[in-house]
Amino acid sequence: MATETTEATAGACVDAGGSAIGMPQLCADWMPNQIFWLVISLIVIYFVMSRIALPRIGAVLAERSGTITNDLAKAEDLKLQAVEAEAAYEKALADARTEASKIVAEARAAIQSDLDAELAKADEKISAQTAESEKAIAEIRASAADSIKTVAKDVAKSLVSAMGGTADAKTVTAAVTAKMKG
Amino acid sequence: MATDAKSEGGLVFHPLDQFIVKPLFGDGPVGLMTVTNVTLWMGIAVLAIIGVFVLGSRGRATIPTRMQSIAELIYGFIYKMVEDVTGKDGVKYFPYIMTLFVFILFVNYLALLPMSYSPTSMIAVTAIMGFGVFICVTILGFVLNGAAFLGLFWMKDAPLVLRPIIAVIEVISYFVRPVSHSIRLAGNIMAGHAVIKVFAGFAALTLVSPVAILGITAIYGLEVLVAGIQAYVFTILTCVYLKDALHPAH
Repeated sequence: MATETTEATAGACVDAGGSAIGMPQLCADWMPNQIFWLVISLIVIYFVMSRIALPRIGAVLAERSGTITNDLAKAEDLKLQAVEAEAAYEKALADARTEASKIVAEARAAIQSDLDAELAKADEKISAQTAESEKAIAEIRASAADSIKTVAKDVAKSLVSAMGGTADAKTVTAAVTAKMKG
Repeated sequence: MATDAKSEGGLVFHPLDQFIVKPLFGDGPVGLMTVTNVTLWMGIAVLAIIGVFVLGSRGRATIPTRMQSIAELIYGFIYKMVEDVTGKDGVKYFPYIMTLFVFILFVNYLALLPMSYSPTSMIAVTAIMGFGVFICVTILGFVLNGAAFLGLFWMKDAPLVLRPIIAVIEVISYFVRPVSHSIRLAGNIMAGHAVIKVFAGFAALTLVSPVAILGITAIYGLEVLVAGIQAYVFTILTCVYLKDALHPAH
């Protein structure tokens, strides 16, 4: 009868001090309660999972993998474009280089022809001036020879008269001319 | 309990008292629908699951938040497990297996909080799950394969003489499955919690209390592992049994 009173107050599997009698796991009185709440919990979790959480997470994962695939494809495209752009750039560079060398050659040829023309003109001018100068020199030389002749005649006449002779102008001139030739 | 120990003047251990089912409101007997500590901690687990899986994934972000990452990680882990073990045709049972896994996982980890209650240590709880899996898988096996499901017990590559003997062993092992399936989980969780409680009892003695507290810490670390591993083991065994139902030929 004592057990009945404790049962009434604390339950079938608990002694008067509040401790478990045997294993609480094996207390048949408590099992229906646990099973009931377990089934409720599992049903709630199942519906939350299958109706809300799992489709949502699955969709997110699918969307993510789709995004990643798209991005990878896009990156591949961009890479191809970059390769194309690089080829075009290389081609443009090569074109520009040949163009530049062409321009340089042309410029060089033009400069060369200009230079040649200028040189020819300069040569012409120089030769003309040289001829002129030569003429002038020849004139100067001729006039110098005449002057010398006059001076020599005068000097000879003066010398002759100084030495007491009478200078015959004709003789002196002849002598001077002869000397100068010799 | 502390008063008990004092009044009796010695060490008194009640490591199993933590598993007592108590009504939350009032002192009456525990009826079918009484709100008890079992209800409370299962409810907290359900709320935590909703928190992680529904509120966590609320943003549907392509770049996940931390909570969504956790939910995605668990989703991916179980999805891959179901797909790897049962094959493509097992994927439609994924929500059921996911339900079992998250329930056991969350209840196990919540039970590691001080002052909490561990519903997965109760044999009634694990037995319902274990036998539930067993019954569902057996019915599924017969529905999908008919009598060919019995081929599970008839080893075609064994010598003819040995086949009946092997069949008997296979049948026995098949019927032991739900028992081991449920007792493994309940036993692991119950033993761990009880051992922690025993160490905690020793901590009352000044002389051995440092060792006892060290012991509690070590066992607690072990229990953290066990909580995850037992959820994993329960789930992967469910997958293996499901695979037997889907493809009974060895």
